[in-house]
Amino acid sequence: MSVTTVPPTEVPMSRRRDTPPPARHRRRFTLENVTRILFVVPAGLFLLAFFGYPVVKNVTMSLQEYTTRTFFTGEAPWVGLANYATVVGSQLFSPALINTALFTIGSIAGQFVIGLALAEFFRRKFPLSGFLRSMLLLPWLLPLIVSSATWRMILDRDSGILNETLGSLGIISSPIPWLTSPSVALIAVVLVNIWIGIPFNVTILYGGLQDIPEELYEAGALDGATGWKAFWHITLPNLRPVVSVVLVLGVVYTIKVLDIILGLTNGGPANATQTLSVRSYQESFVNFEFGVGAAYSNILIVISLLFAVIYLRANRRAVDE
Amino acid sequence: MTTTTATAPVVAASRRHPKPARRTTHSGIFTVLGVIFLAIMLFPVYWMVNASLQPSGNTLTAEFFPWNPSFAGYERAIADQGANLVTSLVISLGSVVFSIAIAAPAAYALAQFRFRWINAALLAILISQMIPGIVIANALYTAYNDLGLLNSIPGLILADSTHCIPFAILILRASMIGIPPSIVEAARVDGAGLVRAFVSIVVPVSRNAIITAALFSFLFSWSDFLFALTLTTTEGVRPVTLGIYQYLGSQVANWSAVMATAVLSSIPAILLLVLAQRFIAAGAVGGAVK
Repeated sequence: MSVTTVPPTEVPMSRRRDTPPPARHRRRFTLENVTRILFVVPAGLFLLAFFGYPVVKNVTMSLQEYTTRTFFTGEAPWVGLANYATVVGSQLFSPALINTALFTIGSIAGQFVIGLALAEFFRRKFPLSGFLRSMLLLPWLLPLIVSSATWRMILDRDSGILNETLGSLGIISSPIPWLTSPSVALIAVVLVNIWIGIPFNVTILYGGLQDIPEELYEAGALDGATGWKAFWHITLPNLRPVVSVVLVLGVVYTIKVLDIILGLTNGGPANATQTLSVRSYQESFVNFEFGVGAAYSNILIVISLLFAVIYLRANRRAVDE
Repeated sequence: MTTTTATAPVVAASRRHPKPARRTTHSGIFTVLGVIFLAIMLFPVYWMVNASLQPSGNTLTAEFFPWNPSFAGYERAIADQGANLVTSLVISLGSVVFSIAIAAPAAYALAQFRFRWINAALLAILISQMIPGIVIANALYTAYNDLGLLNSIPGLILADSTHCIPFAILILRASMIGIPPSIVEAARVDGAGLVRAFVSIVVPVSRNAIITAALFSFLFSWSDFLFALTLTTTEGVRPVTLGIYQYLGSQVANWSAVMATAVLSSIPAILLLVLAQRFIAAGAVGGAVK
């Protein structure tokens, strides 16, 4: 199923053989079979230790009173669902939930629409199109904290280039406090995240567009489907499997975004950009309430897994079609 | 329609017959438009470089072009963050070696051996990529505290490898599926063991995919911020991403030093994009699973 998205790089795609591999040995524990198992053991152990264990540990931690004291005394009393009660009862919970939703939906919508427009644009082969398209990847490859720092300077209320430009063009009369006003901070963070996500969307959607046979457009043109009509009736329906993969993956990766928000606003001003993952980080690593932080994490995992299931189904449909 | 396999973007060149009319009449306009779009998208990157060369260290007086470039920001950045850059480099290289060493054999096994549980394993790998980093950080902090791995380079190498290993396995497997088993079997007939055949046949044949996986592993580890933030508590081991974050907390008056550090931290991404473009293009599509 991963084949849908992973390219078989440079190796020529030869058909897999139809004859079974040399399974001449019937006995299970031949040296050969043990060696085969050893190929996957290190990766298996790593995945168990660095993905399996953390998930289990977060579940147990969320049921314990796990604080700084625990590190000294080794005691973490079981408290049942008290941490979850703390989370849900917290004044910050519903704002964080709403912010997570707004941040995710806003980011995905912006990235997708601009990404699709650019992918469609680059589909026309013109001089330098390949070069320009690959240069477009740069924002995606930069460390997120570098992007955050740069945007923080650009969005600076008093000396940032954005306010300066908008002001000198006469679009705004007074500088907009992008990152310091609770009413616009979330919008600013979403805008930055859109900028970061566009290259990914362009790349995947461009790949999807390349797969639509040109003949469909030629046939459509005969029936009068050109321009927007062709886009609605030929491009979008044929792109649907790729679109669902892009959107669901976008959600899964946006929900857990932490670097960008910490770098831009640290969850402020006045908690205006608190999301579930920022809450989880702050409870665990600022307040040292690991139990509460783990409870936030688990809520995040459940939401992610929900979308993971949607992703796998969308992906499977993509393979089937 | 044909399948949506992303083989297409990589070998996209093979399907290149747009309508000739489109191409000849408007192509110049499209190039101009493309350059404008790119300029808008990359403006922040330009602004970062520009600000890093401004003498005052203050964006208020920033010119649109650094007519009188000053390297004071870079001097300051190297004095403050030089050691952190080296730390990042060591961690990223370590993570690349570790990740590829673990991922390559597993990818080969998942591509070519007939285990019954392969689909389950692939599903687990896909899902592992979706687990939020903060979940891993929460658990690793307590575990590392007991194991004495906090504030250590090996600790960060292992943690950063969580960004790399699932991605590397998937991207390597996709390439290794295409290896004809006959070339491996030929070596086996000549008496090579499985390990020997893997090292002397599979690895060289998969060279390009391994380079792609290694380059991306480097970028992922180099960019890591979450584990740097949560798994270090002292200044002893401090990757440059954390250095920038701390700059943001204390040094916002001296933007040229902050931006100089940002530029220095962007060098790997820029170098890879310019020098290793074809590998990046391959990985970017594989990045769909990242």
